[in-house]
Amino acid sequence: MNKETKNIKKLIVNQSLELDCGKIIKNFPIAYETYGTLNKSKSNAILVFHALSGDQFVTNINPITKQEGWWATAVGPGKAIDTDKYFVICINVLGGCMGSFGPKEINPDTNELFGTTFPVITIRDMVRAQIYLLEYLGIDKLLSITGGSMGGMQVLQFASLYPNKTYSAIPIACSASHSAQNIALNELGRQAIMADPTWNKGNYFKTNLSPDKGLAVARMAAHITYLSKKSLQEKFGRKLQDAGSLKFSFDADFQIESYLRHQGTKFVDRFDANSYLYITRAMDYFDLEKQFNGNLSLAFKNTKSKFCVISFSSDWLYPTIENKEIVIALNACGANVAFVEINSDKGHDSFLLKVPKFLETLSEFLNSTYKEINNEKRI
Amino acid sequence: MKKEFEIISQIIQNNKRVLDIGCGDGTLMEYLKFNQQNDVRGLEPQKDLVQKCIAKGLSVIEGDAEKELVQFPDKSFDYAVLSQTLQAFLFPEKVLKQLLRIGKQTIVSIPNFGYWKVRLHLLFKGTMPLTKNLPNEWYNTPNLHMCTIQDFVNFCKEKNIKIDRSLCLTNERISEITNGNMLYKNIFSQLGIFLIK
Repeated sequence: MNKETKNIKKLIVNQSLELDCGKIIKNFPIAYETYGTLNKSKSNAILVFHALSGDQFVTNINPITKQEGWWATAVGPGKAIDTDKYFVICINVLGGCMGSFGPKEINPDTNELFGTTFPVITIRDMVRAQIYLLEYLGIDKLLSITGGSMGGMQVLQFASLYPNKTYSAIPIACSASHSAQNIALNELGRQAIMADPTWNKGNYFKTNLSPDKGLAVARMAAHITYLSKKSLQEKFGRKLQDAGSLKFSFDADFQIESYLRHQGTKFVDRFDANSYLYITRAMDYFDLEKQFNGNLSLAFKNTKSKFCVISFSSDWLYPTIENKEIVIALNACGANVAFVEINSDKGHDSFLLKVPKFLETLSEFLNSTYKEINNEKRI
Repeated sequence: MKKEFEIISQIIQNNKRVLDIGCGDGTLMEYLKFNQQNDVRGLEPQKDLVQKCIAKGLSVIEGDAEKELVQFPDKSFDYAVLSQTLQAFLFPEKVLKQLLRIGKQTIVSIPNFGYWKVRLHLLFKGTMPLTKNLPNEWYNTPNLHMCTIQDFVNFCKEKNIKIDRSLCLTNERISEITNGNMLYKNIFSQLGIFLIK
């Protein structure tokens, strides 16, 4: 868990926001980062939503973790989301742990860290909180909004809440309502954290310990769901860690074990266990269909945005069929929608990796939308 | 742009909502959208073609018409367009029924199996016809249900489908099909284009 908050841009929202749980928050911080330059007509802004384990540092070196940004494959100069051309904004979600209002912030009422006294937030709360930054930046209408996984859910929620605030929307590898399987997998992660005795009902900040073991296990389990069976098999197979032979112990004999352990430990250095609980909860609560009494197409009934829905063939966490339900709902209300399933055997993580067909589609869709808008403006 | 698309664009005119089924690389859609200000959607089963369309700024969904058409509401388009694809479906009748439901009007074009070169090929060579419009061998052709202009007209009559216009193409020349010239057109046309509802 990092404690540095320097190098983090923050907006303190002094309006009050009523959360879905009924609680009202005010004077809360949202941390953000921007890349590229906003043009004069403010028509080149793209809002990127991050996923469960992401943060506002989309590309370049993350100043806190010193690692490359989580979407450096897609965002940067000359890349699919070209920061020479577009102005890219990303905001740390509500409940996050990279400077936005979340369980590791101080509760002004008690002067203590929130921990699990932080209100349970939803995807809709996350999206509503982000609109303040757009107002602050003076952006009336975005060129596009995009994100994968939980980022894609925020895209859908944003498009539904603000039908006139973006010219286009690119939900990637996501779903309009979290499936039982996804809730189950998130619950597994939460239970791993809560079973760690140092979690201390969320009050670990009062001790010098933190539930690193629990959080690492949660991350290991989640990491498996981001990959496909084929990619695991091809990358690791039954390869042994020390080329020799089995050690007849419970050390990491297999490369896959050591890889997962590494992923787990790496994650606890940059992520807060309580945040993990809150964000996974928000994902589980997400059900856009239910927000509209079981008719998903009503969620998009007023939308003017042009959609491009993208899924990946080997993604079993947010499979094509769930992405297609979004397309079907959009078509049912006559919205403007394109859809393509990208062939990739890299699983759910495909959207974060160098998958050329995916990056091409992303780039070309943005490019054509940008051109269309600027032609419109000339007329 | 090929003559067939010119004719279809002329029928559609401007500012309409159009669904192009089996839109390929989006040539017709592009013209309808950018030259005639139509609001166009496409459906295409091949990924690489869908990507080409998206790159052109066209809203195309990857999918198979035999499964995907049910998602579109009744009469949600002014025109549903099916260009030279009807014969490639497993159940062309079902697809046509969906098109008539989705579109206020439907434009269907069919390669004419009654064209004289096709007839002569089968008559004299005794093998499945290969022509410019039908370039594939019997074992790798996507065409499962070939028909003639006469077949299609008979089919419409039988199913109570109203034909508003029947056009045919012969060596890039367009003409109307009437009751009087049907026999002749069914021999000398390569392509039939029908506006039905």
